[in-house]
Amino acid sequence: MSKYVITQDQLKCIGCLACVVHCKVENNISPGARFCDILPVGPKEVNGVPRIFFVYMNCFHCEDAFCIKACPTGAMTRREKDGIVYVRQELCIGCKSCMKACPWGIPQWDEGTGKVFKCHLCMHRIDRGEKPACVEGCTTSCLTFTVPEEATRKVREKYATRIASELKSTIW
Amino acid sequence: MGERREVYSLCCMCTGRCPILVEVEDGIVKHIWGNPHVFGAKSLCPRGAAGVAFEYDNERPQYPMIRDGERGSGKWRRVSWDEALDFIADKLKKIIAEDGAKAIALSDRGGPHTELHKLFLAAIGSPNYFTHDASCSNSVHNAHMSIAGHARNTVGYDYRNCKYMVVFGRNLLESLITGEARNVIEMINSGGKLVYIDVRWNYTASKAYKFFMINPGTDYALALALINVIVNNNLYDVDFVNKYVVGMEYLRSFVQPYTPEWAEKETGIPAEEIRKIAYEAAEAKPSVIFHPGWMTAWTENDFYFRRAIYTLNALMGSYEAKGGIFIAKGAGDCGYKIKTPTSIAPKVTEERCDGAGTKYPWIRKNWGMLQVLPEVVLTGNPYPVRAYIAMRHDPLVAMPDFDTWVKAFDKLDLVVAIDVNWSLTAWYADVILPESTYLERTDHVIVRKGLRPQLALRQKAVEPRFDSRSRFQIFKALAERLGKGEHFPWKDEVELVNWQLEGTGWTIEDFQKKGVIDLTDKPIWYDRNNLKFNTPTGKIEVYSEFLEKAGVPSFAPYERPASPPEGMLRLVTGKIALHTQGRTTSNNPILNELCPENHLYLHPDTAKKFGVKEGDTVVVSANGTEERIKVKVSPYVHPEIAFMLHGFGDIVPLRTRSFGKGALDTRLMKGKLKVTVGGNCPLFETFVSLKKA
Ligand code: SF4
Ligand code: SF4
Ligand code: SF4
Repeated sequence: MSKYVITQDQLKCIGCLACVVHCKVENNISPGARFCDILPVGPKEVNGVPRIFFVYMNCFHCEDAFCIKACPTGAMTRREKDGIVYVRQELCIGCKSCMKACPWGIPQWDEGTGKVFKCHLCMHRIDRGEKPACVEGCTTSCLTFTVPEEATRKVREKYATRIASELKSTIW
Repeated sequence: MGERREVYSLCCMCTGRCPILVEVEDGIVKHIWGNPHVFGAKSLCPRGAAGVAFEYDNERPQYPMIRDGERGSGKWRRVSWDEALDFIADKLKKIIAEDGAKAIALSDRGGPHTELHKLFLAAIGSPNYFTHDASCSNSVHNAHMSIAGHARNTVGYDYRNCKYMVVFGRNLLESLITGEARNVIEMINSGGKLVYIDVRWNYTASKAYKFFMINPGTDYALALALINVIVNNNLYDVDFVNKYVVGMEYLRSFVQPYTPEWAEKETGIPAEEIRKIAYEAAEAKPSVIFHPGWMTAWTENDFYFRRAIYTLNALMGSYEAKGGIFIAKGAGDCGYKIKTPTSIAPKVTEERCDGAGTKYPWIRKNWGMLQVLPEVVLTGNPYPVRAYIAMRHDPLVAMPDFDTWVKAFDKLDLVVAIDVNWSLTAWYADVILPESTYLERTDHVIVRKGLRPQLALRQKAVEPRFDSRSRFQIFKALAERLGKGEHFPWKDEVELVNWQLEGTGWTIEDFQKKGVIDLTDKPIWYDRNNLKFNTPTGKIEVYSEFLEKAGVPSFAPYERPASPPEGMLRLVTGKIALHTQGRTTSNNPILNELCPENHLYLHPDTAKKFGVKEGDTVVVSANGTEERIKVKVSPYVHPEIAFMLHGFGDIVPLRTRSFGKGALDTRLMKGKLKVTVGGNCPLFETFVSLKKA
């Protein structure tokens, strides 16, 4: 796992695909390919209202990455300083091994170059101290670029707040 | 890496005009973000973000052209700007000499960036300015004018502090503008309750606290029943109503027949639920919004439905209340005067050709009734109209009755399309003038009205890629050729902007820091004890003497909408985040990739009845017009409707990505160039037949 993680607040996501468009613009992604994506699941009725869930999917930048192990040329690379998994274009021979190896269908095919390309967490932006484009441009700011410690802390805080409010109404 | 610049500006991928931050590198637009000084983040909707793809798309008019073949044959002659402008000016001069300037009409999509078009028309002396609102906001505008002396958009919604919001078919989270979507999500996130009513489920419904699928065309019944419960159980804000509402006794007696039990039969929404909405809203008042809508060209009685919604807001006392509807404050409220170009326009004395403000005194001239124009052209009644300028507006796609429009075009001496796109109207025009895109031009200063009014400016970020000109250059050049140059006294946009700002101490340079200029540091609320409404009584006129005198009842009795005849369905259309403005978005390289075509959504029972299934191509027809489209089946659309997204079915071959994909809704809306009481076209009263292709 890279140092970083992108979290999504499901309640705030509206499935508008601005994240996908910002990503495509920022990384000049050829038609058909998407680095990050939103997968609508549903609608399914919850409390009488059909609800749809927009699952944000992106590369996990795995610590022990299937794609890297599958790559015969070393093109699929883990950046030492922060663990970002990216493709060194000059080494990629377009064999698609990584595409088959990744259980989540993350590496994408670049029609223009005949090579694989994939999310690199907008590392050119990270190196300038900025957030990935999907996070930065998200219409409702429901995506957060953070580190795992922060992210889990946020989840715990949210849970604690909920528990506390429920306690109030049921016990006291 | 070369020279990097950041330019603040205003988006124009839709009429939302979101403040943006344009990243430019070596004269090339790299990325477009939301202006963080306005949104608190660099958020920008997908259309706004796809503005980069729009800029670098070659499938747009690249130089002035004069038609060189049959209308719609796509034969054009490239001409110089001088030749194009001379051609137009010569024709206009002849028309003015023979029939007066009133024989020239112009339409645009409304909004604050229309000053120069209006100035041009006034300069030559034509009253025939139209916005696109016949197919958009006319009924809600005119309804609000009649009841509170406000347009739809001279009030705003304090979403973030709203506790309870009832929304009728305004798909806030898909047919979205950036700031509004953020605010609505913030409202829901902080516990505000959204009740969503529509003839189909959508993403806004998905986020709602309650969603009701209403019988098509019965929204007015629901609004009347809500008023009934509120009035009969004294759930209204007594102080506010006593102070500001005229006609409570009239209202009380008018709504008596419209009980929740009655409304249940009309709307399909249980009486108990209707009561609950009324009680829950009353509980949360005045932090309540009954949303009046935006695109409201729905039905014949739309005007009354919207008047009923504004009445609900008045009963809740939500005008100028925290979490309710606030009156949008402008520069004057902050002690500033910003000069507008139209303030130096000569007064036009001629009467309009559509009867707005005269034959129909309650329909305001501000927006006009564009649906009347083809008829005027075809009949010469009340007088001949011989030239038409479509300014960044595409009536052949946006308005119903394509065939009637084309007939009218054939009778016109001159059709000019000024556009950045190959609109369908451009395709049928005599002359196309390519406007420089919103990233390539500077417009005039506008006031972003609201609780915290700001000045904002669309600023040129890059040089034009093609042989295009800004709207300022175009209208100034035309005015000069018609001998009216004195009404455009500014050399260029910079001079115009600085003239607007005279006396404020600011200049165009001041937009460089954060793109907007704050006119106040804290929100401005008017004193709730001293509100003034721009109606004859200065109050909210639930009963309107003015309307009654004009022969229009303050409220019309509810009439059950016609059900589709056997074998037909009611056509309803809408928008999504990727595509709101048909011709601006449908051929955009990225937006088209993500959503290339529209589909026809049918209820499973309906699909079964018509013998079609998911994925089938069907022929949808109305009065001899046919469109082909693929079916999607969903239990969450009303069985009586066929739903499709607006604005597909492109027939301009130069737009290779969107050409021939999906269906165009408005072509099916035959006979809907009607004048209804709200001045809107009743677009959602279209019935279509369906068969498997
Ligand atoms: S931009 Fe944000 S709100 Fe829109 S789909 Fe992506 S994650 Fe969801
Ligand atoms: S491409 Fe797949 S396997 Fe490789 S790092 Fe990303 S998620 Fe892991
Ligand atoms: S809503 Fe989107 S397209 Fe419309 S002005 Fe805002 S950013 Fe542009």
